[in-house]
Amino acid sequence: MNGALVIIAAAALLALALGFLASRGKDMSLEQWTVGGRGFGAIFVFLLLAGEIYTTFTFLGGSGYAYGKGAPAYYILCYGTLAYVLSYFMLPPIWRYARDNRLYSQSDFFVRKYDSQALGVLVALVDIVALIPYLVLQFKGLGIIVEIAGYGAISSTVAIWIGAIIVAAYVMVSGVHGSAWTSVAKDSLILVIVIFLGIYLPYHYYGGIGSMFAAIEQAKPGFTVLPAHGQSLWWFSSTVLLTALGFYMWPHTFASIYTAKGAKVIRKNAIVLPLYQLILLFVFFVGFAASLQVPGLTGSNIDLALFKLSAKTFDPWFVGLIGATGVFTALVPGSMILMTAATLIANNLYRAVNPAINDRQVAWLAKLLVPVVALVAVLFTLKGGDTIVALLLMGYSFVTQLFPSLVLSLARRNFATRDGAMAGIIAGVATVAAVSLSGANLHALKWLPAQVQDLNIGIIALAVNCIVLVVVSLATRQAAVPSGVAAE
Amino acid sequence: MRSIRWLAVIPFLALVVGPFFVNRATPAVLDLPFLLAWIVAWILITSVIMAVIYSTDPSNRSDEP
Repeated sequence: MNGALVIIAAAALLALALGFLASRGKDMSLEQWTVGGRGFGAIFVFLLLAGEIYTTFTFLGGSGYAYGKGAPAYYILCYGTLAYVLSYFMLPPIWRYARDNRLYSQSDFFVRKYDSQALGVLVALVDIVALIPYLVLQFKGLGIIVEIAGYGAISSTVAIWIGAIIVAAYVMVSGVHGSAWTSVAKDSLILVIVIFLGIYLPYHYYGGIGSMFAAIEQAKPGFTVLPAHGQSLWWFSSTVLLTALGFYMWPHTFASIYTAKGAKVIRKNAIVLPLYQLILLFVFFVGFAASLQVPGLTGSNIDLALFKLSAKTFDPWFVGLIGATGVFTALVPGSMILMTAATLIANNLYRAVNPAINDRQVAWLAKLLVPVVALVAVLFTLKGGDTIVALLLMGYSFVTQLFPSLVLSLARRNFATRDGAMAGIIAGVATVAAVSLSGANLHALKWLPAQVQDLNIGIIALAVNCIVLVVVSLATRQAAVPSGVAAE
Repeated sequence: MRSIRWLAVIPFLALVVGPFFVNRATPAVLDLPFLLAWIVAWILITSVIMAVIYSTDPSNRSDEP
């Protein structure tokens, strides 16, 4: 066992210990397990809502994107900021409604607002289809991190199995409490490590941040601005807008709103979270530093840039520490996704066909489903080929389709009807799936202006969604005015 | 003071529309290429804007957490 591996193993044990300890002194009812008894204060809510920023996607993907593509990576900084602005106005009414109606999941919210079980099932299905690939991504990242940071002593397959068992175990025992406790360790580690790497590497290799960017501009002119075609300004703007709207539509992020003790906590977070995610800037610096130091990574291998450069620069024990940080960035979001997916299946799919079941039985079933969902995700991770990548690209666009009917339902008088909401979501999701799966893209339609060709397909699907929602809502208004959608 | 909430529109204009006018590497500001410096500056300003909105929002005066 090498020095790096010892540290990574210690991190895994720490996660397990924190995850188990988190449940101490609480009886794990459904309300405690999924939404922390709605009693989380400022720090936990902050960390859970910020959890979305520092996943393996940002740790590996953010640096990889800056390494491989340059300026298009900036979009990650922009969408989070705008999502937090939205959160100030959008999340408090969601939180209050969830508390008053004792909701557990995002699907519950739709069921109650639109008074429709069927809509709840639809939302739960969209959620699960988007969540599973996201979980697979975390597992995949975990495997890569342990394999590289451990200098190959443990294969990624073994690492994925161990990681999945650890996360499933502590989610079963502690639910969202486990995610909250482990996120404290995750965010402390990532703050220190990422800021250090983002400053040290540019100074070590280039003598400073300014000279690093000068060197990049010399070697790859135009790398730090958006290109004229492809990931152009039009791509950038449409992607920033789409992902900002979709940010809180991820069901695990949505459900973490429910854990808050009060609405003021959520509003205060909207001030601090934009600053907090500036840490991503340092992730980009790592990617930019790597672009001239470890060139040659292409395709999905660009995600390895951070570790390739670290292994070239540091002693094994420090690479192990970076690896340990990476393991946390996979386990924490993984735990929230796992718990959310299990809750959706138990509470919104099973309960829809078997309404007689009570909260205690739902909690029991959800906990039982945790290892099952984890197993499915592991199998997809190990066996799934390109399908899973395709699903992943669609995930964000999928959950964003819930945005129009959700926002409308917050209004005093909801314009959207139950049928309108359902038709809109189905139309939006179908558009995303049809375009992505057929491999078609707007670049194939040569008669379109170049600007339109570069738009993110999710924006087009969102437009289709809105049009269908309006038309169907107008048509069904008289027939079915949804009850129970009274003023917030 | 409710109209002060409309300040929240500004970050959207700056980060969704703004890049069209500032997609350039020079001049570097605080060592960052201009486009990146623009984005970072607006993230800082956004935080200030949210603080202003928070402090003038009457719903934050209540005692509930």
